[in-house]
Amino acid sequence: MGEPILRLRGLTKRFGGLTATDSVTLDVVEGEVHAVIGPNGAGKTTLVGQISGEIRPDRGRILFAGQSITRGPVHARALLGIARSFQITSVFLDFTVAANVALAVQAHAGHSFRFWRDAASDDALIEPAAEYLGLVGLSDRTDDVAATLSHGERRQLEIAMALATAPRLLLLDEPTAGMGGDESARMIDLLRSFKGRFTILLVEHDMDAVFALADRITVLDSGRILVSGPPDDIRADPAVRQAYLGDGDT
Amino acid sequence: MRIPVGTAVAAGSIVALAIVPPITEALREPFYLGLCLRLMILAIAAISLNLILGFGNMVSFGHAAYMGIGAYVVGIGAFHAVEDGIDWLANGFLHVPLAIAASSLAALVIGAISIRTRGVYFIMITLAFGQMLYFVGVGLEVYGADDGLSLYMRSDFGDVLDINDNTRFYYLVLALLLATLYGTKRLVASRFGLVIRGARSNERRLAAIGIPVYRYKLVAFTVAGAICGVAGVLLANRTDFVSPDMMHWTRSGDLIIMVVLGGMGTLFGPLYGAAVLVLVEEFLSGVTEHWQIVFGPLLVLVAVYARGGIAGALRALERRRG
Ligand SMILES: Nc1ncnc2c1ncn2[C@@H]1O[C@H](COP(=O)(O)OP(=O)(O)OP(=O)(O)O)[C@@H](O)[C@H]1O
Ligand SMILES: [Mg+2]
Repeated sequence: MGEPILRLRGLTKRFGGLTATDSVTLDVVEGEVHAVIGPNGAGKTTLVGQISGEIRPDRGRILFAGQSITRGPVHARALLGIARSFQITSVFLDFTVAANVALAVQAHAGHSFRFWRDAASDDALIEPAAEYLGLVGLSDRTDDVAATLSHGERRQLEIAMALATAPRLLLLDEPTAGMGGDESARMIDLLRSFKGRFTILLVEHDMDAVFALADRITVLDSGRILVSGPPDDIRADPAVRQAYLGDGDT
Repeated sequence: MRIPVGTAVAAGSIVALAIVPPITEALREPFYLGLCLRLMILAIAAISLNLILGFGNMVSFGHAAYMGIGAYVVGIGAFHAVEDGIDWLANGFLHVPLAIAASSLAALVIGAISIRTRGVYFIMITLAFGQMLYFVGVGLEVYGADDGLSLYMRSDFGDVLDINDNTRFYYLVLALLLATLYGTKRLVASRFGLVIRGARSNERRLAAIGIPVYRYKLVAFTVAGAICGVAGVLLANRTDFVSPDMMHWTRSGDLIIMVVLGGMGTLFGPLYGAAVLVLVEEFLSGVTEHWQIVFGPLLVLVAVYARGGIAGALRALERRRG
């Protein structure tokens, strides 16, 4: 087993009287796909938000690559190598597909206080952008405005943007949510091709996707970790079977 | 090759502005030269506002304050040059950098505080700062308080350019307008511009890919303030007068109207908006004292039916044609 790149220690987040994250302690090992599952409202997105920096935990610590990032701003964590996709797709809708990815490349290519040269014809941006778009299968949509993409294509674009930031950890919040069967299968294939190349924290409701991809699964319920372990153990766990897998048919 | 409607109108506007001086001279109507001069100066100010409002989604409701700061640099300089005989205080080569420094410093401070807020709060805070500067102007007893200050001499650019000659002054302003347009075009398409437009489009996403949004917005806000300060230098010289009224929130509102009417986030929109506002004000106010009662509903119609403003309407026209 490799080194953990992400360590969560006693992470707790309350919204009023509701404990959305309840003393979560978790390691994500470099190179693995670590799936987080749980019913609606279990606190999966809240957990991702705390790792990416949008949500500030009330208690606990977050260590990334040995460094404490518990209080750092979102952009600083992104620059350290934490990339995320959102449960509700979030791209620059009025930009072209290429510009969306180019901006992500630019974010990691030094400062952006460059006021004069045309960014749209800057090879240092558009060449890598084209490469990532090829990787996710969007090469034929490069010059289209992102708003014209289908839901599934926008999800692919988000993945390309995440890749463009040279991530050391991908936080993917339900990458197949709202997708049709075909689109969903293609996304799973794409993510499978990432296995071993990227460390992924994957939030997913689709159990087929989870068991196809995950090296390790953590089950959340009411903000708390119910169980955490390799897929076979989770599949066999009676409590999990009862709650999420539809007892008996797996 | 067919020329797009938007390009034709833009080029036509510039040509029209360029031939104003010989025409007004031939017709012996210097008044209209002054009117177009004012139009161009306000257009420069509106373009600077569009940089942050149109491209960056920062609805600054205190933008006229920077124009006032630029104007007061000229006014105060000229005042002491005349009253105390300190000639170098009337030097235009001093006025411009000083106006840029003062207005960008004000924008830096105001932006540093207001950019931490969003939406209505941002509008209210920039409005409050603008009004604060307005009242500073009102409090300047030495410089005429709320009556303002008449300029007994314009900025002195020595042998380089005599702006007491209105035609020369006009072409200087036209050149600056073109420079502002070109600079905006480059800026908006640059890496910096991509970040600013990204902030308008999806600020959350921008942070998530690793861009420290705040500092880029602050720089854009400061640059816009500096450009508006230069417009203030020009306006003071054009009017031979400065007063706190230039900083009043209704002036900031006028600038917002120009940008929205002309087309937010478009290159030429602010110029069209400034042209419409200046001309409509001129002619409607000749017809009726209550011209704003006519103009107000007109604006509402634009806001409801032509969200892209004039430039947006031209674009729609082009699409229908093509
Ligand atoms: N900003 C917030 N303010 C108040 N309550 C919140 C906030 N965000 C989330 N919650 C609550 O915290 C709990 C966990 O929400 P979260 O979105 O993390 O769940 P989830 O596991 O991602 O659910 P889903 O599967 O539906 O996406 C829910 O009860 C939710 O209503
Ligand atoms: Mg969620």
